[in-house]
Amino acid sequence: MSSYRVAGKGRVDTGKPVDFTFDGKTYQGGVGDTVASALLAHGEHLMGRSFKYHRPRGAVAAGSEEPNALIGTRRGPGRFEPNTRATMQEIWPGLETQSQNKFPSLKFDVGAVNDAAYMMFSAGFYYKTFMWPRSFWDKVYEPFIRQAAGLGVSPTEEDPDHYASRYLHCDVLIVGTGPAGLAAAKVAAQDGLKVVIVDEHSEAGGTLLSEPQAKIDGTPAWDWLSATLAELKATGVKVMTRTTAIGYYHQNFVGLCERVTDHLSALPDDTPRERMWRVRAKRVILAQGALEKPLVFHGNDRPGVMLAGSAQTYLNRFGVLVGKSPAVITSHDSAWFAAFDLADSGAKVQVIADTRAEVDADLIAGAKSRGIPVKLSHTVTATSGRLRVKSVRLNPVDGGSVGAGSNVTCDALLMSGGWTPSLHLFSHTKGSLTWDTDLTTFLPNETPEDCIIAGASRGLWGIEAALKDGVTAGEQTLDALDRAASGTHSYAVENDRAGTGVTHKELLTDKSPGKAKAFVDYQNDVTAKDLRLAVREGMRSIEHVKRYTTNGMATDQGKMSNINGLNIAADALGKPQPKVGLTTFRPPYTPTTFGAFAGYHRGEHFEVTRKTQIDGWARENGAVFEPVGQWSRAWYFPKPGEDMETAVRRECVTTRNSVGIFDASTLGKIEVKGPDAVEFMNRMYTNPWTKLGIGRCRYGLLLGDDGFIRDDGVIGRFGQDLFHVTTTTGGAARVLNMMEDYLQTEWPDLNVWLTSTTENWSTIALNGPNAARLLAPLVEGIDINDEDFQHMSCAEVTVAGMPARLFRLSFTGEIGFEINVPAPMGRQLWEALWAAGQAYDITAYGTETMHVLRAEKGYIIVGQDTDGTVTPQDCGMGWAIGKAKPDFVGKRGLMRPDLVAKGRKHLVGLLTEDDSKLEEGAQIVFDPNQPKPMTMVGHVTSSYQSDAVGQPIALALVAGGHDKMGETVYIPMPDRTIKAKITSTVFLDPENTRLKIAKES
Amino acid sequence: MLLIHCPYCKETLPESEFTYAGQAHIVRPEMPSEQTDAQWEEFLFLRANPKGPHYERWRHFHGCGRFFNAVRDTVSDKFLTTYPANTPKPDLESLIGDAE
Repeated sequence: MSSYRVAGKGRVDTGKPVDFTFDGKTYQGGVGDTVASALLAHGEHLMGRSFKYHRPRGAVAAGSEEPNALIGTRRGPGRFEPNTRATMQEIWPGLETQSQNKFPSLKFDVGAVNDAAYMMFSAGFYYKTFMWPRSFWDKVYEPFIRQAAGLGVSPTEEDPDHYASRYLHCDVLIVGTGPAGLAAAKVAAQDGLKVVIVDEHSEAGGTLLSEPQAKIDGTPAWDWLSATLAELKATGVKVMTRTTAIGYYHQNFVGLCERVTDHLSALPDDTPRERMWRVRAKRVILAQGALEKPLVFHGNDRPGVMLAGSAQTYLNRFGVLVGKSPAVITSHDSAWFAAFDLADSGAKVQVIADTRAEVDADLIAGAKSRGIPVKLSHTVTATSGRLRVKSVRLNPVDGGSVGAGSNVTCDALLMSGGWTPSLHLFSHTKGSLTWDTDLTTFLPNETPEDCIIAGASRGLWGIEAALKDGVTAGEQTLDALDRAASGTHSYAVENDRAGTGVTHKELLTDKSPGKAKAFVDYQNDVTAKDLRLAVREGMRSIEHVKRYTTNGMATDQGKMSNINGLNIAADALGKPQPKVGLTTFRPPYTPTTFGAFAGYHRGEHFEVTRKTQIDGWARENGAVFEPVGQWSRAWYFPKPGEDMETAVRRECVTTRNSVGIFDASTLGKIEVKGPDAVEFMNRMYTNPWTKLGIGRCRYGLLLGDDGFIRDDGVIGRFGQDLFHVTTTTGGAARVLNMMEDYLQTEWPDLNVWLTSTTENWSTIALNGPNAARLLAPLVEGIDINDEDFQHMSCAEVTVAGMPARLFRLSFTGEIGFEINVPAPMGRQLWEALWAAGQAYDITAYGTETMHVLRAEKGYIIVGQDTDGTVTPQDCGMGWAIGKAKPDFVGKRGLMRPDLVAKGRKHLVGLLTEDDSKLEEGAQIVFDPNQPKPMTMVGHVTSSYQSDAVGQPIALALVAGGHDKMGETVYIPMPDRTIKAKITSTVFLDPENTRLKIAKES
Repeated sequence: MLLIHCPYCKETLPESEFTYAGQAHIVRPEMPSEQTDAQWEEFLFLRANPKGPHYERWRHFHGCGRFFNAVRDTVSDKFLTTYPANTPKPDLESLIGDAE
């Protein structure tokens, strides 16, 4: 048995040895041990180095509030987690753990020079030290900060585990399985009520696990606990351990993170590592208990200095003595009981020092009977010991003046500064708090949620008080659910340890306070001196003090430091604590893995990927894809050996010279149908629709009521009351939402139905001088020529045997068609066209070529050439506005003073003087020689190589551009300034001669 | 996550089924062209930002697709009521009374 293990104590099964490693050395513990308890059983207190000063640190607590003993845990490749609390990680055979923030080793660390240089690292040192000289920032300060920043080491490999998420609906959710939670559960456990009780620890019981001496109604606490758990499970209560309630959200929505496999030596197949439960409970009972506060004194962070209640937990729950000759310093009765338990298990308690002048006579007698020296009215002013506490310096206090100190040798120092109710989840509910002067702490007041807080988390000490309060909470909960409690529940507890105490700011000392390292926030290395410095330097709000010192900002979220920090800041400010206030508790309660939050949404399941029916063909034919919104679209189709530029040039040239085929299925499609369809279209779009004949289509422009372009697309009329609207790929859902908004709320009188048909149609575009020649033989129902099916026509026909909505339109400037067939027929049509196209050397082209071809013709892409501040006139599309219409969305907006003002940015073409291709997004100036910062007058929106034009082309928004045709602008780049000439946006075939189908001879 | 009652589906459902759609009871003028610049500016841009009950619009996007109105307290984030679009503003006094 390890030398600090006490036979017959604790719940760890030492008969089942478990070997694990810490920093490469093998240790043995038992089933039920945590890493911390197993190391302490071997007398190892040193578990890590602190974050800023690299001071040696050991476990100060036994639960999830632990700020110091953070370790990395490893389970084979990919499974590494930093900053795990050694006090929460259960050991299993083969577990590898390592300490953090050390170099080169835990026992000898060169970073500890920071400790010697602590004057430099006091509060706000970042803000002061790194201000100047400016030139030092990139080379000196930033690399230093980056190297020093962060706790632990980030994992570098992809996480091979998977994470699950579940919803849970219940009548009552109870957080905490201590006496209050269990008593509440016993009351609430009724037929037909779904009750869930959760606890973050590996076993249920809370305080009861640390207080086996108590007898509940004559039954020893642990027997009562197992009987109660069995009874609850038998009544159908869901008892969840290793499950942390991480956050309390609106309307009793509570997040639970269940750790499923981290305690197992072998990972079961198909089991998630963690499971996030999203619980919606009708009623919630919070019984999280209380957390012990450290005392704030010089040297209170040395390994071996530990919370007294945690020492009691290590002894009673884990059977481990944290020291064989411990000393105790306290301001609360509870530490006396811890000292008694340790003494009764064979430890030689060196002294119990209490800051109070008067202590309950029973406690004094208890100490006397065990031969423990007692020092009342004492303060602690120092500790010694490099890697483990060796002695403590105790000084008498008389009327506020500190007397001469004397050293007491010890191998552990147990401290208690009293208890802080756990109000974290209660605060998440926006629950209000009240300051209790007697307990020197905040207590819960009112919450807007359907929630009751019970037991020590509302400042009730002792098992009996917690049990009784749990009963009350259970009864109130049943009452709220319109249920009557069955029977009466009453408890009597023997050997209960309800106690009282006082709370301090930092303890009185005879040393210079400026040199004291009295830690308030262990994890962030914040001392009492730092807090006082922050107040001296002008911080008045506790929120500012927090940010300036980083007190309470570490991963333990101030569980130990908040109240001590508040007491000190309030003292420094000369204000009572409630006037200074508490910083906000935010979820999660304890650090939670990204995996648990992400759940199933990772990798390919991170977001929906939408694919067209032609996607498979594109993949088989070597397409490179780009994401467009949720869509995966073919970007270009390289032939072997081609890079992107070569492939795109070939696709452009072939399309302009013969024919190209393009998958346009992602275009948004909305069917607008009903007797008032034409009126609706007239009101929504800028263009006039009344006179558009059946079988004709028109380019439509959609504005917001502010007058700015929102979307565009070609709209075909297939009947008196039927419009086939197309939208941009990315805008489909937004456009439909906007249409529905106006239809439902502004014009509910219009008899129109809107249906999204994007996924009902596969849409294939054919473009090029041979497009009509290729298509004509496949079409039944209409002749493809300029007389029977002129440009901007549409018809319901049969194409290659498939029912189709055929559009003749062009987004390339060539003869163009868009063929819509029922979606599942998309690939069949594509392959039919592909086969027929072989005679014309057809090319498949992707979105990049589509962009080039349209830019050569000056066709805009909404969202690329416009940015939400561009009007139709700005784009030179005043022709698309139905000026005779009394109203349409955006008509009044276009008359706004700023939209008719001179000097607006206009969309123009740019041709560079040196034939270089401009960078999209590049800024434009009129005078390249003006002083910096220059006046920027616009930017490049689109830019491409263009074989058809014979030089690179660009579209740009330029102030007053329409009135500056032929003028030169300048595009300053890091290496040179490029000259460019303003031109029309139409670079190719301004007369649209290429749209005409030549008569076949 | 909030629970929201859809006045059309008559069911209380998770917030993720809904999308927010701005302040409610802002009526687009019958004849926008007759609006002065100031009136049009107010219609387009000026919105309330109350601390307390707020009339607002939601859409049951992943459900019936209907827009509806709601009164939500911006302090407590509680919905005081939801009601169909194109119905008058409910009386705030009685709503607050109900909530208490």
